[in-house]
Amino acid sequence: MKLSDHESSMLAGEEGPARQFAMQQIVRVGEFYDASDCVEISQVHLMADPEATGEEGIAFLEQLAELPDKQRHVRVPTVTDPRGVDFKAYSKLRQSKDQVDLEKRLSAAFEKLDIMLTNTCINYQTIMPPVLGEHVAFGDTGSSIYANSVQGARTNFEGGPSALAAALTGRTPRYGFHLDDHRRGKALFEFSFQARDLSDWGAMGALVGQQMSSYWDVPVIQGIDKTPGSDELKQFGAALASYGSTPLFHMIGVTPEAPDLKSVFDTQPPDPTGFNKSDLNTFLKSYWPDDAQLDVVVFAAPQLSLMELKSLADLLRGREIHSDVALLAATSPEIKSAADRMGVTKSIEDSGGLLLEGVCFYQMYAREIGEANKWRRLMSNSAKLVNILGGYGYEPMLTSMKNCVESAIAGKIVGGPAS
Amino acid sequence: MSTSKKFVGHKGVGQKVTGVALVAKDNFSARYDLDRGTGIFSRPAHKLFGQSYVGKVLVLDLSKGGVATAWMLREMVSREMAPAALLLNSANPIMAQGAAFADLPLVDRFETDITQAIETGSLVTVDPANGTVTVE
Repeated sequence: MKLSDHESSMLAGEEGPARQFAMQQIVRVGEFYDASDCVEISQVHLMADPEATGEEGIAFLEQLAELPDKQRHVRVPTVTDPRGVDFKAYSKLRQSKDQVDLEKRLSAAFEKLDIMLTNTCINYQTIMPPVLGEHVAFGDTGSSIYANSVQGARTNFEGGPSALAAALTGRTPRYGFHLDDHRRGKALFEFSFQARDLSDWGAMGALVGQQMSSYWDVPVIQGIDKTPGSDELKQFGAALASYGSTPLFHMIGVTPEAPDLKSVFDTQPPDPTGFNKSDLNTFLKSYWPDDAQLDVVVFAAPQLSLMELKSLADLLRGREIHSDVALLAATSPEIKSAADRMGVTKSIEDSGGLLLEGVCFYQMYAREIGEANKWRRLMSNSAKLVNILGGYGYEPMLTSMKNCVESAIAGKIVGGPAS
Repeated sequence: MSTSKKFVGHKGVGQKVTGVALVAKDNFSARYDLDRGTGIFSRPAHKLFGQSYVGKVLVLDLSKGGVATAWMLREMVSREMAPAALLLNSANPIMAQGAAFADLPLVDRFETDITQAIETGSLVTVDPANGTVTVE
């Protein structure tokens, strides 16, 4: 891997141990993928919740945070993914003091590294949306797939250590989705039905994601009649990335690199794999339980936009959530502030719901809070959340926001998985 | 005469190691699939559900799921609750980044389907610098 003089000096430790670690990480990963050199990036989205980093990762970050300013400060704007604890709400969720203490240590280390604590996975909607062709280092599968696909920016999945390396050096190995060749279509999918709501968009992303055979597969989607909005593509992409580990899709006539099929396939496009209404229903039914027991309703993964929160507030206004069921929603601190100002938070919380900020359900010790609150049966309109929580001891199911709200009010599952 | 079999993949990361294989034609994510506290596969739909991965050479198909694995492998290694090595048909960057950060041996991109080539219980030596795996 070819390094510039500056990169070589960082690797040799001439700018301190933080940048040396960063270049070592870059070179190890770069050589694993035969990267020719580094590419400069403009901004970093860093995923580092305490459940993921563990005590070991926190201790590592604290070591870096002890270095002199000049050696420890990041070199490009760097923002954080959701945290593990909402300091204003943790006691309501029965989170432990240990969890809170770990989060405080982690947040303090980030501040010393000059990282901005945005605590959001929807930075592409709310902080600084990247633009077509911009090289970035995004570290959440949802933010990566949205930036690559919908905004036409260029990133690999940059997990915490590599996103940190990018932040400390302003560069990342040039491989994968930074390169034109990897951004070409690999498989074609055609939908013969239209989504009814956000949960359907997530289910559609899941259907495609289940067909992906590796990170390098780039699905191309056709058959979408009506141009989806940002929240719809957010749910679609987040589910696709979660089920498929895939950081890029093209949607013909919708996403910027795919005005038509010939723009994304070098040769004759492959025969499309079709999905019909029955595929959607089968998928939804696969999660649906036989009885009506319900413990918790969660709106998160990704965090909700102001528009999604407004929809939720409108559904809940003047109504009362059943005492047997908890209802949680998660958003970013910026959007929470807007929701507070506009009466959206009040509407959700007056009905008995809880609006969390700077966290996302699966990144806040989902297993432990499930056990502490005796939550097992979980309902959400996020396919991504449903996919993740199966491994966390929950019995999750996917349905529309409206069905979720009606069930929370009834105190049991109402409606069905399909229409 | 040696009866050992050798498989060649891409150059990997981490140090040379020998261990007992645990194999399945299924995918891998540390966050989605594992109970990292007890060291077992906890996702009911996973083919290795209920089995311990600690100290094993874990042989699986693809890395899938989220980005958390990039942090988690180092934390698992620090508690001595990690696999000895990871062999995958295709590692995504999250697995490569996590293995690089953890110094956990990882090799992928073999000339054959590695989940079919190795059987659970076999003693295997993983040499990431050369991208090779030898089955005793």
